[in-house]
Amino acid sequence: MNHVPDGASAGPLDMLLDVRGIAISFGGLSAVRDFSLHMPSGALYGLIGPNGAGKTTVFNLLTGVYRTETGSIAVRGRRVDALKPHQIATAGLARTFQNIRLFGHLSVLDNVRVACHLRGRHGLAGTLLRLGHHVAQERSITRRARDLLAMFGLSDREDHQARHLSYGDQRRLEIARALATEPKVLLLDEPAAGMNAQEKVDLAGLIRRIRDERGLAILLIEHDMGLVMNVCQRITVLEYGAVIAEGEPTDIQKNPRVIEAYLGTPVELPAGWEV
Amino acid sequence: MDDSNNLAPTRSAVLRNVTLPVAGAVALGLLMQLVVGPASGPYATRLMLDVGVAIIAAVSLNIINGYTGQFSVGHAAFIAAGGYVAGSFTYYCSLLWWGEYAKHGGFLGMGEWLFFCSCLLGGFGAAALGWLVGLPSLRLRGDYLAIVTLGFGEILRVLLQNTNRQIFDAEQLRDATWRQLVPPPLGGAQGFSDVPKYTNLFWMYLMVAVTLFVAVRLKISSTGRAFLSIREDEIAAEAMGVDITRLKVRAFIVAAFFAGIAGGLFAHQSGTVIRPIDAGFQRSFEIVIMVVLGGLGSISGVTLAAVILTLLPALLLDFAQYRMILYALLLILLMIFRPQGLLGVKELWDFARPWRRGGTRT
Repeated sequence: MNHVPDGASAGPLDMLLDVRGIAISFGGLSAVRDFSLHMPSGALYGLIGPNGAGKTTVFNLLTGVYRTETGSIAVRGRRVDALKPHQIATAGLARTFQNIRLFGHLSVLDNVRVACHLRGRHGLAGTLLRLGHHVAQERSITRRARDLLAMFGLSDREDHQARHLSYGDQRRLEIARALATEPKVLLLDEPAAGMNAQEKVDLAGLIRRIRDERGLAILLIEHDMGLVMNVCQRITVLEYGAVIAEGEPTDIQKNPRVIEAYLGTPVELPAGWEV
Repeated sequence: MDDSNNLAPTRSAVLRNVTLPVAGAVALGLLMQLVVGPASGPYATRLMLDVGVAIIAAVSLNIINGYTGQFSVGHAAFIAAGGYVAGSFTYYCSLLWWGEYAKHGGFLGMGEWLFFCSCLLGGFGAAALGWLVGLPSLRLRGDYLAIVTLGFGEILRVLLQNTNRQIFDAEQLRDATWRQLVPPPLGGAQGFSDVPKYTNLFWMYLMVAVTLFVAVRLKISSTGRAFLSIREDEIAAEAMGVDITRLKVRAFIVAAFFAGIAGGLFAHQSGTVIRPIDAGFQRSFEIVIMVVLGGLGSISGVTLAAVILTLLPALLLDFAQYRMILYALLLILLMIFRPQGLLGVKELWDFARPWRRGGTRT
């Protein structure tokens, strides 16, 4: 399905992810409004904004945790905004979670194998009688899971319970698990949180590698500006649920609206106040 | 899945994966029936039958509560449903075919095959109910699901109390009017009695083996991992493409099926009358205690707990009136010192063979 040419010149029909004007409000609070995004294959975009701007809410809208009130979401040209979360995952949209949501009591290997589940058929008869196709499928799942763990440097810990991993390893395992669903679009929610400087550098390389090898479109929420400016081709900035800027990293850095959102506006101090 | 390294279902694979386990189950049944039973006398045999029912009940409830993490406290209702379906089927078929409800034929004779079919029927009946109860569990979580399953057990109990009187005579059965047959003649509040006593150690432990076998195979498969992922984190499971709706219902159906079989075996046991109260919450809680005490999700732990908790009251018989106090005390102590259950989420073989912790046998 990789007929999409790389680069931003692709038309709207070639988009892996095509989001138009989605919105949601909780009670009277408009959490996200009129959010649009178009990602071709190979795109590596960033989504930033101050705390509470609605970044994770956008992810929840895209993955079907919340239903959008307006607009549309399409993955590879297929509308997904009315589907359930597991159907959206099957359509090719995978995510990681900001507050790590691994299957804590399951082994590292099983965490990844669970995510391989959706690309197969798992009848009761095949499972209980261990029919040939079932055995072959389980084998291929295990092999794929091991390949992913190797890619993320987690092979030697495949028997550990996920909750016993270090923080950085847990973040990597989340990405490995998301990749096991064989997505076309990958949403990473603060993948570098809690990582040290070296781990962040490695992570940046890994994210680029995944994108290049698999032709994915990757959308990244991240607070580490160094990482975002370094790896992202384009950046969307949210504040109070609205997009206030959109463009290339160098433009975003200079954008006065963005600086204002992060740092606030200078105020006239009353006479006699000292700073 | 179309993959290289694909192995065709060879004859030896079928032998290993299907024939051998079935043969093992039959062998266990025969061993219990022909060797262990006669060697240990009627009282011990009776206890072993009780243990068998408890194992099947607890291991099947473990599929809902332990694997999938849905808190069901209505398991006794599935058992009672299976018991009523199986017991009444055997009873009325015997009346119609053989004119009497006494046992027909010896070991593995016609009567026992009728009994076997009844148990399967009881399983399917309970599975249908499991599907019905599984549906609300799609929308409810935690306490709310517990309340629904509890209510389901009570509803079934009241329904059973209001069934028609049992018919004790073949002639009466043939001449029965609609009024006697609707609602079904299941004995009302007095319970359903005189079910032919077919349950023996062979059938009991055959079914115990099958239940354990299914529980293990489920757990170490893709389906089992998906069950466990629901227990661990529903939102993450959904995001990874696990259809939690379908799998929860599937867990309820499989668990209820085996509960129904346990009920069938219980109904045909000598000395039991199945009563509406068997569907009530007291029996349900006993099974929940076995699962929690054994360790949610641990097949071997739950089996162990089922054995211990069934034998304990019998062993404490000498302490007469202090029996229930001691029983409760032991439970409290266990919950203080092993809150995660006897084995936690582990299996016995995890302790024996640490290098296989990943469960990667496939």
